[in-house]
Amino acid sequence: MFSNLDLQKLVFGRLTLEAIPYHEPILLITFAMVAIGGGALLGVITYYKAWAYLWTDWFTSVDHKKIGIMYVVLAIVMLVRGFSDALLMRAQQAISFGDNQGYLPPHHYDQVFTAHGVIMIFFMAMPFVTGLMNFVVPLQIGARDVAFPFLNNFSFWMTVGGAITIMLSLFVGEFARTGWLAYPPLSEGTFSPGVGVDYYIWALQIAGIGTTLSGINLIATIVKMRAPGMTMMKMPIFVWTSLCTNVLIVAAFPILTAVLVLLSLDRYVGTHFFSNDLGGNPMMYINLIWIWGHPEVYILILPAFGIFSEVTSTFSGKRLFGYASMVYATVVITILSYLVWLHHFFTMGSGASVNSFFGITTMIISIPTGAKIFNWLFTMYRGRIRYELPMMWTVAFIITFVIGGMTGVMLAVPPADFMLHNGLFLIAHFHNVIIGGVVFGLMAGVSYWFPKAFGFRLNEFWGHMSFWFWVVGFYFAFMPLYVLGFMGVTRRLSHFDDPSLQIWFVIAAFGALLIAVGIASFIIQIVVSFRNREALADLTGDPWHGRTLEWSTASPPPDYNFAFTPMVHDLDTWADMKKRGYVRPLEGYKPIHMPKNTGAGAILSAFATIFGFAMIWYIWWLAALALFAILVTAIGHTFNYRRDFYIPAEEVVATEGRRSQLLAEHA
Amino acid sequence: MVLPHVRFPRILLMVPVFGLLGGCNAVLLSPSGDVALQQRDLILASTALMLLIVIPVLITTVVFAWRYRASNTTAPYDPEWHHSTQLEVLIWTAPLLIIIALGALTWISTHVLDPFRAIERVGPGRPVAAGVKPLTVEVVALDWKWLFFYPDLGIATVNELAAPVDVPIQFKITSGTVMNSFFVPALAGQIYAMAGMETKLSAVINKTGDYDGFSANYSGAGFSHMNFKFHGLTQQDFDTWVAKAKKDGKPLDQAGFHELEKPTEAEPVHYYKSVSPGLYDSILNMCAEPGAMCATEMMHIDANGGGGKESEANLERLQSDKHKVREGNESPGATFPASGRAAHGDEQPQGMKARPNAGEANAQKTEPGTKQGDAMPGMPGMKKDSPAPAQLNN
Repeated sequence: MFSNLDLQKLVFGRLTLEAIPYHEPILLITFAMVAIGGGALLGVITYYKAWAYLWTDWFTSVDHKKIGIMYVVLAIVMLVRGFSDALLMRAQQAISFGDNQGYLPPHHYDQVFTAHGVIMIFFMAMPFVTGLMNFVVPLQIGARDVAFPFLNNFSFWMTVGGAITIMLSLFVGEFARTGWLAYPPLSEGTFSPGVGVDYYIWALQIAGIGTTLSGINLIATIVKMRAPGMTMMKMPIFVWTSLCTNVLIVAAFPILTAVLVLLSLDRYVGTHFFSNDLGGNPMMYINLIWIWGHPEVYILILPAFGIFSEVTSTFSGKRLFGYASMVYATVVITILSYLVWLHHFFTMGSGASVNSFFGITTMIISIPTGAKIFNWLFTMYRGRIRYELPMMWTVAFIITFVIGGMTGVMLAVPPADFMLHNGLFLIAHFHNVIIGGVVFGLMAGVSYWFPKAFGFRLNEFWGHMSFWFWVVGFYFAFMPLYVLGFMGVTRRLSHFDDPSLQIWFVIAAFGALLIAVGIASFIIQIVVSFRNREALADLTGDPWHGRTLEWSTASPPPDYNFAFTPMVHDLDTWADMKKRGYVRPLEGYKPIHMPKNTGAGAILSAFATIFGFAMIWYIWWLAALALFAILVTAIGHTFNYRRDFYIPAEEVVATEGRRSQLLAEHA
Repeated sequence: MVLPHVRFPRILLMVPVFGLLGGCNAVLLSPSGDVALQQRDLILASTALMLLIVIPVLITTVVFAWRYRASNTTAPYDPEWHHSTQLEVLIWTAPLLIIIALGALTWISTHVLDPFRAIERVGPGRPVAAGVKPLTVEVVALDWKWLFFYPDLGIATVNELAAPVDVPIQFKITSGTVMNSFFVPALAGQIYAMAGMETKLSAVINKTGDYDGFSANYSGAGFSHMNFKFHGLTQQDFDTWVAKAKKDGKPLDQAGFHELEKPTEAEPVHYYKSVSPGLYDSILNMCAEPGAMCATEMMHIDANGGGGKESEANLERLQSDKHKVREGNESPGATFPASGRAAHGDEQPQGMKARPNAGEANAQKTEPGTKQGDAMPGMPGMKKDSPAPAQLNN
């Protein structure tokens, strides 16, 4: 049996030099840019001797605030990557008519749309949402950190590991050509041999571990670590939506993990769960992946709903209208989100009764969602609305999301869906709710909590630029797709014969360019604000006249968040405290018990990424070694007993003293 | 049960979004088949129902956002107002009522327009006459073309479909490859085409004309050109069309099918004057390959208590998908290294046409099949024409 033994194959698996696209100019340029940019960044870090600072203060940090910020940074980096894919697609579809085949051959285009979907959902929206929850939730409930600080750091690094894996497919080998949910039988070993789908599987599996663990962590945090007096019905609404989102994560992500394990078994060891032949059934995969996939969209949108609730109430200077009904609506959406998955494939041929059941459950979701919209409107009613950036995003959201919700209900009627399914109408619909809902929510959240995280506000001019370009760009980019949907144009096409369609694609491409300006303005906004941070500084810790506990502490908050655990008496605790003339205690500080930083999360994730890479390329020895290293590191970490420390009382006195001084100067 | 055909006022077409579409060819809004027409009406009806609440919400949003702006100090300000039972009841019941109406509409229409159910009318007020036999068409999705069998007429066509107007059509749909979706927007809604399974679609075309049909579910590199024309013809023209297929076509047998199912892009229309018996059923049961065992045979063995240890010999004969790959057909989703092409290279997958503006290298290398399964550099033992480098489960 050793006659066929091939040393190269043994050492490198199926990895060869051909895997590196050195002959492909677009990728070479991309690679060169990444290399130059990355090299410059590394150079700057080295020049300023910032490595030790980054490692000890950030990468190994178990501080929920820093981890939250790192999540958001990851999300913004991946937004740029995913959006580049979107521009590639828009450009291809805008020119590829008749004799013109465009510039992307189909097998590239197919990878681009697959990568766009996967990156935007798993590596842009998910880390963004998780990052904001991480940063905000402990502050809103008056806690000093999350329940499991090390697990939090580990979750973050696993998400990074997944993101690195998917980015690698650009420069080593190829990515899947299957669409973002990798439907079998196309994603089976027989129909998609090669590394593409394996990259998909391992990127999602590695990141999925992080997501699931972070869900568990935040549930434990919200359930067990609320400040005294904060009963469930006194929690800020963002905490409620975070709780529901994390319940959804913990209940849904294991399904994704399991279905990807089954697909891996099909691909790696020759089982037949989802194949056409030998008793396999692709329909099982499609059901299972949507049992995860539908809750997933609520995982993304619920925290955005929470952000809008906080923002509307704060900037209307008014209590949230119908808090209890808001909470019930959120819980109802959480439960119903598990009862609608089949609406993603009415066209697979389920009977009429099954289809109409799932159609009607889908419509029922619009009732609590509608109630939420009304609650925001009646929060604005008789308010004094200050149009700061977060509030602008909120109004844009309400209008955009109502349109997206309406087209969603149209798709929920099965016979109508038979016409609209998989068409550009569908594409327009889900971008309408994901951009109009999730992305606008995240932008509102970033501009709302940025001063809290960094101690200075964001520049208004560039914020307005970003806002207008995003919103107008969105309408230009996606309204034409609704029209094209009615013209019977389906998704994922890289070429069109009918020249009369072209104008609509050109308009859509123009919209995408406007959004590009919006994204660029957002990045410029951060840079400009950083340079003007003295002028924009927030000394009070409460720049917006906030209503919840995060605004009661300094901006940025000290490591320990609150010198004294706050006592909660009412909803909108901070507004209540301010109204009753709360005075900051200035003495009686005690040493504060805090978790200690550890590098174990980053190391584990590095090994996990190597493991994934080795599995993708069939480098079995490396996979075994990486797995062994993961086990050793994980067990080794359990023997680390130096996990906590006390911030001495003198340090707390000093920190709080500085704050008193600032407040006094400002007053 | 026949759904009373509700005619929705034409004024709905004035709704801005639809009004915008007046100038362009929005096939979904002006279809030519009765099923698609009813589906169109349903889209309009559900939109109208929702606009009942959506328009007031949009107006309220703008009004509140403007009226309660901070600079307008004349507007009332009530920071503690946060509850009103009447309003709460209203905001939960108003959407609820609309959803009840929409839910009833959904339940009825989903049953009436169930694609598996034979249609009961060919147009508003025109029930299917007793004794009319529908035209049966068996549809097979292949990489990247459509094969249509007309079992009643004995012919088959590739990438062209025709039917006489006002005659019910019964489609039986399967796939000889990965999942696709059979969709002729002017005729009726889509339904998936899946290997080893048969989905059904009942429809009728009411106007003569040439309509677009395509796959609405991504299926690999050649997906963008997986189109066909659907001709709605008068009975006379349809007979002429059938006669032409019988005259111009060659016979289709297992070997011919085998040749046909190799991946090709933008396959030209061609006809088959006769079809060897049982070919569609063998495709459906995944045994169109020589020597393959049909799923029905295996089910029969299982129904009789199973074949015991001897049935292991059947294992090989049941793996139709691998068989195609062994024959040298490239897998529709293959990537590096199994594709045999350099990562992110310009070279096209098997069966794809040369891209005129995709560079010179491409033009020379797109001969179907010649590069498929090329040895990876440094992988001895691979011959030029051997199948794709081994996936573990091959």
